[in-house]
Amino acid sequence: MTSTLSGPSAGAAQVVGRPAGSRGGGGSVWRRRLPLLPALVFTIAVTQVPFVVTVFYSFQSWNLVRPGSRHFVWLRNYLDVFADSQFRTAMLNTVVLTVVCVLVSLLVGLGLALLLDRSFPGRGVVRTLLITPFLILPAAGALLWKTTMFDPTFGLLNFVLEPFGAGEVDWLSEFPLASVMAQVIWQWTPFMMLLVLAGLQSQSREVLEAAQVDGAGRWRTFVSITLPQLSRYLQLAVLLGAIYIVNSFDAIFLMTQGGPGIASTNLPYYIYQRAFEGFDVGQSSAMGVIVVAITLVVATFALRLMFRAFDISDGGK
Amino acid sequence: MSAQTIARARGGRGLVTGVTWLVAVLFVFPLLWMVITAFKQEADAYTDPPRVIFSPTLTQLAGVLERGFVPYLANSAFTTVVSTVFVLLLAVPAAYALSIAAVPGTPNVLGFFLSTKMLPVVAAIIPLYVISQNLALLDNVWILVILYTAMNLPLAVWMMRSFFLEMPREVIEAARVDGAGLAVMLYRVILPVVAPGIAATALICVIFSWTEFFYSVNLTAAQAGTVPVFLVGFITSEGLYWAQLSAAALLASLPVMIVGWIAQNHLVRGLSMGAVK
Repeated sequence: MTSTLSGPSAGAAQVVGRPAGSRGGGGSVWRRRLPLLPALVFTIAVTQVPFVVTVFYSFQSWNLVRPGSRHFVWLRNYLDVFADSQFRTAMLNTVVLTVVCVLVSLLVGLGLALLLDRSFPGRGVVRTLLITPFLILPAAGALLWKTTMFDPTFGLLNFVLEPFGAGEVDWLSEFPLASVMAQVIWQWTPFMMLLVLAGLQSQSREVLEAAQVDGAGRWRTFVSITLPQLSRYLQLAVLLGAIYIVNSFDAIFLMTQGGPGIASTNLPYYIYQRAFEGFDVGQSSAMGVIVVAITLVVATFALRLMFRAFDISDGGK
Repeated sequence: MSAQTIARARGGRGLVTGVTWLVAVLFVFPLLWMVITAFKQEADAYTDPPRVIFSPTLTQLAGVLERGFVPYLANSAFTTVVSTVFVLLLAVPAAYALSIAAVPGTPNVLGFFLSTKMLPVVAAIIPLYVISQNLALLDNVWILVILYTAMNLPLAVWMMRSFFLEMPREVIEAARVDGAGLAVMLYRVILPVVAPGIAATALICVIFSWTEFFYSVNLTAAQAGTVPVFLVGFITSEGLYWAQLSAAALLASLPVMIVGWIAQNHLVRGLSMGAVK
């Protein structure tokens, strides 16, 4: 089993590990680095420079609606942010939204992928249908759910639930965060499904057949053979899903505006509000820096996971 | 195995297929409903119970076009296509340096690329706003081209690298022995082999650029607005007209939907970052 699993990745590591340009000295290393430089320089310029500027702004008191108010206050903004209970609520909402959406869409995606991983009439059509929510504009999806699904009077959800005795529920004001999460889960389930499907289809048929011959039942085969083989796909799904879902903005902006109150405000939306509605550059920059710091801590763990999953080794050594 | 068991197994399979179809239809129902609503008159869109039988009309789709949808569509197409081309031009050599001619410190570089994806975009939006204002790039399609390139580049580098690692080593060695330089190596030897991988990468970039919302809403307006900006302007100016909104949502999503449907297999390969052997 282990040899089957590590087979392809060990091969990959070998290719990386091959000292491709070991024949030259220091100059050759730079020549080898040359193809990498444009992408690296561009990425640093466009993603790191604005962030450094954010750090610079975060030490200033600067409100765009109060001209001449701009001056250095150093850590004052940070102290204010930590004292801000709304910021803490937004942070909690972000965690709940990310964790719940990633897990639920992964589980639903796994279920759908298992249903799709058999041959049956119309399989291609079903797969096409199932990936479509990932292909529509998230903005369109958010508006669609807000209107046709969640509307208290004309929404399909209340229409379907009516026979079961549910009254006219105003989903977006009574369950704002859950409603947003439902839409986000719907949007991201196809992504998870596709990744799991790729993993399922890369399984070796012989191993599965061997398990059947040995008398392993469906469930047993799934737990002891399929799941371990899927693990790197599942890790990749969690990592990529979390990266995108933690930044969720469209659904909140278009469905609830973070409300009622701040019940469905996440960190991206809260910072956006402080910046573009409160015009408070200093405060929102400080929040941005804090969010980045938290993200980097979480990301360090995630990256370690990623490197384990992909067996990445240093090519130069 | 008796005839009865076989029949039962077949029945069970039929049941699972039925369930699969049912789940799929339920799952995309909001979208099907959007398509139906796009062909309704407004009066047919708001009804309780929802109206399934109505006389379809093209009024809403025509209305969306009349409201100046086409320039937004053109902006989306331009930013998506140009940024995807830039991503490929930058990612292909970088992925080469990180896989086939692996440079020292490859894991660090890969880690750096991925870590940029983890920076919350909102943390950089204020400087980006100020910088683009100073460079007169506010409400200009090029600011989106630059940002979408940076947004998709890390993922593209990772994906392309995975595809490059699948290249048969003999081919590369043979080319190296023949004294092929970098350009020849990339464009004559490697690219033909990894073309499907490049297609997969491009597809992912197209989807993410086309659907991007945050940058376009905050940095563009009437001039350089993309289709998500059109959708937002649409609700704020007129309130919510469901049928017309559905028509707009349908038209805005259709291009990338069609591309995604056609290239489904590439989508699977791309998303799994070439981890499929």
